[in-house]
Amino acid sequence: MFSRSLIGALAGATALALSAGGAAAQQKLKVGFIYVGPVGDYGWSHQHDVGRKAIEKAFGDKVETTYVESVPEADSERAIEQLARTGHGLVFTTSFGFMEPTLKVAKKYPNVKFEHATGFKRAPNVSTYAAKFHEGRYIIGQIAAKMSKSGTIGYVGAFPIPEVVAGINSYFLGAQSVNPNIKIKVVWANSWYDPAKEADAAKALLDQGVDVVAQHTDSPAPLQAAEARGKFGFGQASDMAQFAPKAQLTAIIDNWSDYYVARTKAVLDGTWKSEDTWDGLAQHAVVMAPYKNMPDDVKKMAEETEAAIKSGKLNPFKCPVLKQDGSQVECKGNGALSDEQVLGMNFYVKGIDDKLPQ
Amino acid sequence: MRFELTPRPTISPVMRTLAPVAAFVTAFLIAGLVIWLMGRSPIAAFQVYVSQPLSDPWALQELLVKATPLALIAIGLSYCFRANFWNIGAEGQYVMGAILGSWLALKTHGTDAGFWVMPAMLVLGIMGGALYGLIPAFLKTRFGVNEILTSLMLVYVAQLVLDYLVRGPWRDPKGFNFPQSVTFDPAATLPLLGEGSRVHYGTIFALVAVLVTAIVLGRTLFGYRLKLTGDAPRAARFAGFNAKRTTMAVFAISGGLAGLAGISEVSGQIGQLQPSISPGYGFTAITVAFLGRLNPIGILVASLVVALTFIGGESAQILLKLPLDLTQAFQGILLLCVLSADALVSHRIRFVTRGGRK
Repeated sequence: MFSRSLIGALAGATALALSAGGAAAQQKLKVGFIYVGPVGDYGWSHQHDVGRKAIEKAFGDKVETTYVESVPEADSERAIEQLARTGHGLVFTTSFGFMEPTLKVAKKYPNVKFEHATGFKRAPNVSTYAAKFHEGRYIIGQIAAKMSKSGTIGYVGAFPIPEVVAGINSYFLGAQSVNPNIKIKVVWANSWYDPAKEADAAKALLDQGVDVVAQHTDSPAPLQAAEARGKFGFGQASDMAQFAPKAQLTAIIDNWSDYYVARTKAVLDGTWKSEDTWDGLAQHAVVMAPYKNMPDDVKKMAEETEAAIKSGKLNPFKCPVLKQDGSQVECKGNGALSDEQVLGMNFYVKGIDDKLPQ
Repeated sequence: MRFELTPRPTISPVMRTLAPVAAFVTAFLIAGLVIWLMGRSPIAAFQVYVSQPLSDPWALQELLVKATPLALIAIGLSYCFRANFWNIGAEGQYVMGAILGSWLALKTHGTDAGFWVMPAMLVLGIMGGALYGLIPAFLKTRFGVNEILTSLMLVYVAQLVLDYLVRGPWRDPKGFNFPQSVTFDPAATLPLLGEGSRVHYGTIFALVAVLVTAIVLGRTLFGYRLKLTGDAPRAARFAGFNAKRTTMAVFAISGGLAGLAGISEVSGQIGQLQPSISPGYGFTAITVAFLGRLNPIGILVASLVVALTFIGGESAQILLKLPLDLTQAFQGILLLCVLSADALVSHRIRFVTRGGRK
């Protein structure tokens, strides 16, 4: 396609230009991040960026971090490869849709370590990691059931993928544990980040008599919609109290910082291995924002549930778990559903009066 | 006092050629000023944005990968736009082409169906896009419905059909319920041009489309018919050209090429169907078509330029830590400068003072 000699000449020139400036930077570990949304979403990507800054703070001069934001999933391979070929030793790709491109690039760059969030395919130089957000959702389900006067709570979901479905089930099981007659309504925004759609979804719920709205989408819009109507909601991914000081009861905070610092340290120490990590409240991968705008007894209940989940005494998916039709789900874990069952969840639990889109 | 644009009696061919160059220089000066105001070096930015991608074989190859779907779609659109038909729905035709072509890939998945699969997928891709493009054409010729509206709305229909398929009937049964199809077999994968490269046969299709279009528009009666229909519809009618057939033809061509781009991307780049298979190529191609002044060679150049701004934008984020917003602003500035330069070549500015009117 191009003449060989031209390519050779150009490659030589580039190598020369790069080596002149690159010698001093060679010692540093370069850590790169691919974000699916803007760093300013105050949700998913924002929290990953908080983790990136934690790496800079922890290792100072020993590392250099880079990010590429709003990378479309269908066109991400080039951006990932850009990081790999510009001397990054560790690359975090922080959305499920980056799975196949990450694996493709990882194959080409065996010396670069990759960390893919929320995926399930690994390779010798590709780890996966996610967090047990459903643990937090059990707590907010309990709070929602206590705070609801109408007896109907709501949920704004992004997409009916297992992670979101498990979150809805956990939320509902939590609610049921304090009020067996509680009802839930679910609306799909069909987007991770689309403030206008998310707000519309929340308003649709509020119009149907819902008075506590939980969300599994990334912007503060649903929470703000609840605030505007004098109802309640929960922050998602980050503490969103500043957007809804009266409505936010608590927030499920994604805390990637500890994991990111640990993995960076592993690369610096030469101990990095391909692993699958799925941490929860106990490991501080999931953190609850301060419990506010609720009576003391509700707060006390939430704190006790949080402690019980942390200590392992309580598992949101403890057996028996019943499907919508009342049939019992096979218990493959130790007294609870196994990790695989939760990670691949595609059914609603008994009591959810809705049909799961599939 | 106010400004007025008045048409120039004669348009200088020299100025017409130099206009894009002047536009580029102006755009770079404005962007450079912004970068300088941000406290960064405009020269370094220029290097990262332009010189580096153009002098690095890897980036040149990525340039072709990114420009391929843009060029294919924009070439198709130029048929419509020349005849003054506003097909805004190339994104939908792209998706429908991808869907119909992928149908065969999924049907033959796991069988030992041979070499015929890929060519048949391409034909189906073209058909899918063309038939989908014919819907707004039919509605326009039969009922006089505005094609801007119908073609645009059909984009959302196509995207939702894709969404339904990958979440429902075409979902990979082993994919943990995530919304994606199985990865295509080698027989259903568009071959790459060279080992380890990312450039696929779609690039050849784009080049062929450019050459054929240059001949069709310059040397055939059909090309003349399009020009006449666009420039002087009454004259075209008097000349006996059937306007309805012209409408159907340009929409079929335009849709067919968008469909070809769709199936090429899915089978050559992504390797499976997923909810999002385009970062908005169908819409960006409209910009490309006009940047290239609806001229086949111009479109080829414009597609490379637009691809360069994407790749340069990623490099700028990685190497200079410049925000993505700046890249998007630069794309806007560039388009504005090119369009203004064109306007200034064919028009001149007159300052009209009060009293000087008429």
